[in-house]
Amino acid sequence: MPAIAALSVAVSGIATLLAALVAIPGALWIVHGRSPVRGALMVFFAAGLGLPPVAVGLAVAFALWRSGPFGWLDALYTPGAMAFAQFVIVLPLIGTLAVVAMRGGDTTLPMQLAGLGIARRHRLALLAREVAPGLAAATLAGFGRALAEVGAAQMTGGNIEGQTRVLTTATMLAVGRGDFGQAFSYVAVLLGIVTLATGVALTLQRRWA
Amino acid sequence: MPNGTLMLHRVFLAIVSALALAAPATAATSSVILATTTSTQDTGLLDVLVPAFEKSSGYSVKTIAVGTGAALAMGERGDADVLLVHAPSAEEVYMLKGRGLSRAIVMHNAFIIVGPPNDPAHVKGAARAQDAFAAIARAHAPFVSRGDDSGTNIKELALWKIAGTLPDAATYVKTGSGMADTLHVASQKAAYTLTDDGTYLSQRATLALSPLVEDAKDLRNFYHVIVVKPLAGRVSNEPGAQAFARFVTSPEGQSIIATYGRERFGRPLFTPDAGQGT
Repeated sequence: MPAIAALSVAVSGIATLLAALVAIPGALWIVHGRSPVRGALMVFFAAGLGLPPVAVGLAVAFALWRSGPFGWLDALYTPGAMAFAQFVIVLPLIGTLAVVAMRGGDTTLPMQLAGLGIARRHRLALLAREVAPGLAAATLAGFGRALAEVGAAQMTGGNIEGQTRVLTTATMLAVGRGDFGQAFSYVAVLLGIVTLATGVALTLQRRWA
Repeated sequence: MPNGTLMLHRVFLAIVSALALAAPATAATSSVILATTTSTQDTGLLDVLVPAFEKSSGYSVKTIAVGTGAALAMGERGDADVLLVHAPSAEEVYMLKGRGLSRAIVMHNAFIIVGPPNDPAHVKGAARAQDAFAAIARAHAPFVSRGDDSGTNIKELALWKIAGTLPDAATYVKTGSGMADTLHVASQKAAYTLTDDGTYLSQRATLALSPLVEDAKDLRNFYHVIVVKPLAGRVSNEPGAQAFARFVTSPEGQSIIATYGRERFGRPLFTPDAGQGT
């Protein structure tokens, strides 16, 4: 159980962090950039919100099958394959929520601060403080979705004991075996982790604010 | 400042060496992909068989539990190294296509027909499975099918054919799920279904289903191990597959199979067959 929970957190955590590293700069560009292409990125983010994890799982598995175009990587049924699928799943979610967080703030704030004659470095710090809670919430939502998703984890990981078995796929297997007590304990741990992560994020937000 | 760059340099070196260490672990083919049926996983047999093989051989096994049909398809595409499956007719077709290097019998268990304890179609004690199927169809009793091209599903469809009848579409449900899930659906719907006795035994405590037809001659369920023929230019692990096939048919593997289940279910779930011919 501890190993399964740890793998869940590691795979979903890495997928979420990488997705945030791509999505947040993307969101920044959408909100403050000038290129007309950024509208396309916004459409990509928003459309991706409804991306079913099984579809992503199937596409990634298809690509990584030995008979697929990236079979030579020998990467299917590894935590890396799972993390990649979850990265694709949560990227649009974090991106969209990050855009909402940045637009939700006072969009004239940069100009106001400039007008007050505050140095650029300090302006950025103040702005970052303004949107940080929203970005943290966006990242956390991504983490929750990655952690809770089962279709892609099953298809790209294969639910291999000691290698790619995570809380959601372990739950499905326990149900399949009729071991409902075990299934409920996996679900309890899953809920515990999500609650804990939310608690940490809320505390961080309060410190910042 | 020099300190800062030195630090960055160290971090960079650490990352590069970590990647270098990690790379062979993912690129090497020390792992064997075993495509097998849900029954071998749901009964828990693989939980003892696979670790014993890994310990004695040094290979690590990636077990993918799907239906027999899907497992054979994985073998055909070269997406698995070794198969442990139970649909002899489909396996023979597979071997004829030249996609297997070898095929050997490993073990058998029995299919049984289970259903609601009050047995509305009166199939209890039928000598042949086909008679029980005919009775179920005549009584318009609900029947739950795997409907997933698994070995059990293939066997079920063959039995309907032999029985010369088909169940009512209105009372025939296809779950498209594994054996344990399908048993739970049958239990909730008070329906009949065909199952391997191992999965039924392992699930019995949570099911409202009784075993109704057992020990019928036409209900034996044979498992074979097939070493997949590697496809040129693709990742594969034929030595690992050969080692796995040797292990499950060896005295050590066979004795694990012969004893598995005694502790938890009071009797073994599988009967080893290797070395006895099909």
